[in-house]
Amino acid sequence: MNVRKTLIPLFFLIMPLSAIAADQSDATGKQLYQLYCSQCHGMEGDGFGVNSYDMDIAPRDHTDTGEMAARTDEDFFKVIKFGGKAIDKSVLMPDWGGNMSDEEINLVVIYLREICCAESE
Amino acid sequence: MSIVKIPIANVLACAMMALFVIALSEAALAAAEVGGDARQLLSKSCTGCHSIDVPKAASQTVQEKMQRKGPPLHYAGHKYQSAWLTQWLQNPQRITPSGGAYWANTVIVTDEGDEIDEDKLQNHIVVNKADAELLGQFLSSLKPYPALIAPNEFSPKKVNSLFAKKDFRKFKGCSACHRDTPDFGGVSGPELYTAMNRLKPSFVASYIKNPTAWDPRSIMPNKGLNDVSIQKLMNYLHQIKRKKNKESE
Repeated sequence: MNVRKTLIPLFFLIMPLSAIAADQSDATGKQLYQLYCSQCHGMEGDGFGVNSYDMDIAPRDHTDTGEMAARTDEDFFKVIKFGGKAIDKSVLMPDWGGNMSDEEINLVVIYLREICCAESE
Repeated sequence: MSIVKIPIANVLACAMMALFVIALSEAALAAAEVGGDARQLLSKSCTGCHSIDVPKAASQTVQEKMQRKGPPLHYAGHKYQSAWLTQWLQNPQRITPSGGAYWANTVIVTDEGDEIDEDKLQNHIVVNKADAELLGQFLSSLKPYPALIAPNEFSPKKVNSLFAKKDFRKFKGCSACHRDTPDFGGVSGPELYTAMNRLKPSFVASYIKNPTAWDPRSIMPNKGLNDVSIQKLMNYLHQIKRKKNKESE
């Protein structure tokens, strides 16, 4: 049996699978939202997070369909990854790109759409 | 018959070396004993809430973070000032207003907004002096990430109070999660008005620069600050520490 002939295709089969595994999150969008976002945006996403009281600018209410519907998923992704400054909003909204992978940020974006707009769809 | 002459200096050197080796062995034995006793004590009283061994990367998940009862201690030697650790264990004061682990553990939803439920806050156990010294000594030896610590020492520089406060609160947005006075700022992160009494400056600088290198599911964002920006924040923390210390004198 030619070991090289067997191992090389196996290597190319396993590589993409391991790359996918590395991208996969250990959490759901809701859990990621609770861990990183709810401290300011609230446990229920209404903007009344436990950190919000001394802020000059109130955290956005993610349950407000009217406000949220005006924003695209790309806007959400951008502000989560690069922070409020990336869309000319408050620096109190930090950049979470160092804490979440792009895939995880996308999970949060999907969750945001659920809490803001699921009922209106 | 020939007699081998050994210079007296060589004899003395050998004797001193032997004494040095014995002293070193005794010190190592004593350290091992302290380590052993401290480990026993930690297993009995601390590991229910704190990690003291470096966790596997795969275990540092969102779920694990949410289940934490206390901050990780496996890099306590890099993080805490040794004298502070020993004193704090004997007289523990709350550092993070929402509790010491996952911030949401103590938070409840009310009609006025999310609030900390005082009933859910737990007080840290008080440790007697002998045990606190033993634990402080052991925890200070836990330094698994030397590569994350910059070699240069922090030397505080003067700051303009008003500008530094504005930088901390508005420009960098640190007050979203941290308090720089007992009555202003967020509550999910540790208070920072005593940070420089508690933490080693080299750790503070490293943690601001790359929080997830220390704790993969840290809720501290990496704001991409350069060394100058970090130095300015640390100057401010140093200044508010001095102010706080003067107030408590």
